[in-house]
Amino acid sequence: MNNLVVLPMVIPVLAGILFVFFRYQITLQRWISFIVMVGNIGIAAYLLYLNQIEGIQRIDFSGWKPPFGISFVADSFSLILVLITSLVAAICLVYAFSSIGEEREKMYFYSFVNFLVAGVNGSFLTGDLFNLYVCFEIMLLASYVLIALGGEKAQLRESIKYVLINVLSSWFFLVAIAYLYGSVGTLSMAHISERIAEVGQTPLLTVISIVFLTVFALKAGLLLYFWLPGSYSIAPTAVAALFGALLTKVGIYAMFRVFTLFFYHDHSITHTFITVLAALTLIGGSIGAVAYKDIRLIVTYNVVIAVGFILVGLAVATPEALEGSIYYLMHDMIVKALLFLIAGTMIAVTGTTRIDEMSGLIRNYPLLGWMFFIVMLSLAGIPPLSGFIGKVLVGQGAIEAESYILLALAFISSIFVLYSLLRVFLQCFWGETIISSEDEVPMKKGWIIPCAILTIATIVLGLGAEIIFPYVSDAANTLLNPSDYIDAVLTQD
Amino acid sequence: METLTTILTGVLVSVATYLILSRSVLRVILGTAVLSHAAHLLIMSMGKGLKNGEVPILRDGASSYVDPLPQALILTSIVISFAVTAILLVLAYRTYRETGTDNLFELRGFKDE
Repeated sequence: MNNLVVLPMVIPVLAGILFVFFRYQITLQRWISFIVMVGNIGIAAYLLYLNQIEGIQRIDFSGWKPPFGISFVADSFSLILVLITSLVAAICLVYAFSSIGEEREKMYFYSFVNFLVAGVNGSFLTGDLFNLYVCFEIMLLASYVLIALGGEKAQLRESIKYVLINVLSSWFFLVAIAYLYGSVGTLSMAHISERIAEVGQTPLLTVISIVFLTVFALKAGLLLYFWLPGSYSIAPTAVAALFGALLTKVGIYAMFRVFTLFFYHDHSITHTFITVLAALTLIGGSIGAVAYKDIRLIVTYNVVIAVGFILVGLAVATPEALEGSIYYLMHDMIVKALLFLIAGTMIAVTGTTRIDEMSGLIRNYPLLGWMFFIVMLSLAGIPPLSGFIGKVLVGQGAIEAESYILLALAFISSIFVLYSLLRVFLQCFWGETIISSEDEVPMKKGWIIPCAILTIATIVLGLGAEIIFPYVSDAANTLLNPSDYIDAVLTQD
Repeated sequence: METLTTILTGVLVSVATYLILSRSVLRVILGTAVLSHAAHLLIMSMGKGLKNGEVPILRDGASSYVDPLPQALILTSIVISFAVTAILLVLAYRTYRETGTDNLFELRGFKDE
């Protein structure tokens, strides 16, 4: 029983509600949102530390003991993700301060960012399947507003499609929950896991697991990513960075939870499905990343490739591969946010989204250029940056599991990532300078500082892998031994 | 009773599918609303025992009762689908005002992009 576990969700909700009453006090809203995110980093870090000493933390709401009540369960995997979420959200907020514009700020922008983060953190922490659905919906409702906020033509057009596809996938989620409740008669995740282990994974349960896979594949953009490039590329930069870094990762988290806690008994069916989906996602994402000249689309297809890569780890499901996936998940949240912010800054200073209309930016904005270079190396997996260790571990896992085709696809996709971003780098930063120093849009500090912090974060995550490794390894360990999770939730204290 | 709700769920899903596949935004939104009702009925029929005239409360001396959990789930889900439908209607209205069309085919994208 630890009351701290609920705070990463409750504090943003309260802050978001508070802002409704202080609509025009923008400075106040900025400061409070920033403090909330930084506070969440602290809480998540402290809980992560407690986790190492005391084991998995949980809270049962209003004293209803599991499996009857709803509980929040904080294991290392959840807490690592909450920590990175808070970090990314704090930095995206700093970027939003100087880029989002006063009009949006007055239309409850910070409220909805807080609700979004509350939904994301809630999804990571909850130990109840229906509560996971509710947290998903909180997150999605906030994202519906954020994507349409501003009311530009293209935004509204894409937001309709985004909302509709998510309503449909949420419906499937509800149906999957109904089926699962009908067959196992409980909603507490630990209890579901225990019951499935008792009766065995019958063919009926395997079919239900495929419905779950469809739902999360839609949310995470695993093969079913047709909605993703349109909606992610249309939002304002700070929002797009939040979406690119957080939203698909929640779907990935849910997939990891469901397929390591509930449906891990019949690998030959479920994990074969995931393998095929991951492989097709890697291929499709790679083609998309090199096919376009619009920098926003290039960047969003990079999100798709990362989803495929992380799911390779789940598909082979060896300890090393899972560690690699978790590590890569952390890396990807930070680096994707950075990539979106840099791309958004490039669009803001040049006024165009097409890479063939930008040239020689390195002379005007050298720092931005070199940060883009670092991001590119990090995404391609060059040591000592953070992408390297994740890729090595996932690769090691794939070799152990002897899935060489997946291994080849995963590493070929890295080359496509490198190629797609190198193309952007050569086109936009090298070449003849087209912006003369008089016409140059001055680089705002509020743009360059968030990017710099995230660049430092990716370097630190790469160099400090040794320090982070115990936590990642503990997270992978809990995923591989569902009994740890079940014991932590179902023991009465 | 279960058979009846299951059939009704099926009917609602087919109606919703038909509406969602149409071109008009408004019909699609109505389709999603009907779809969510289908899910609610499905949840209800998944609860153990859909007995006629029973209340979902376990009292002293009650011989039978209905599983209360699905009803709680449905209540939550109704609230969520209400919020989503409301936001969708607002979005559709704003989109209609900005682009002058409610035809999904014309909302695919513009040539100048």
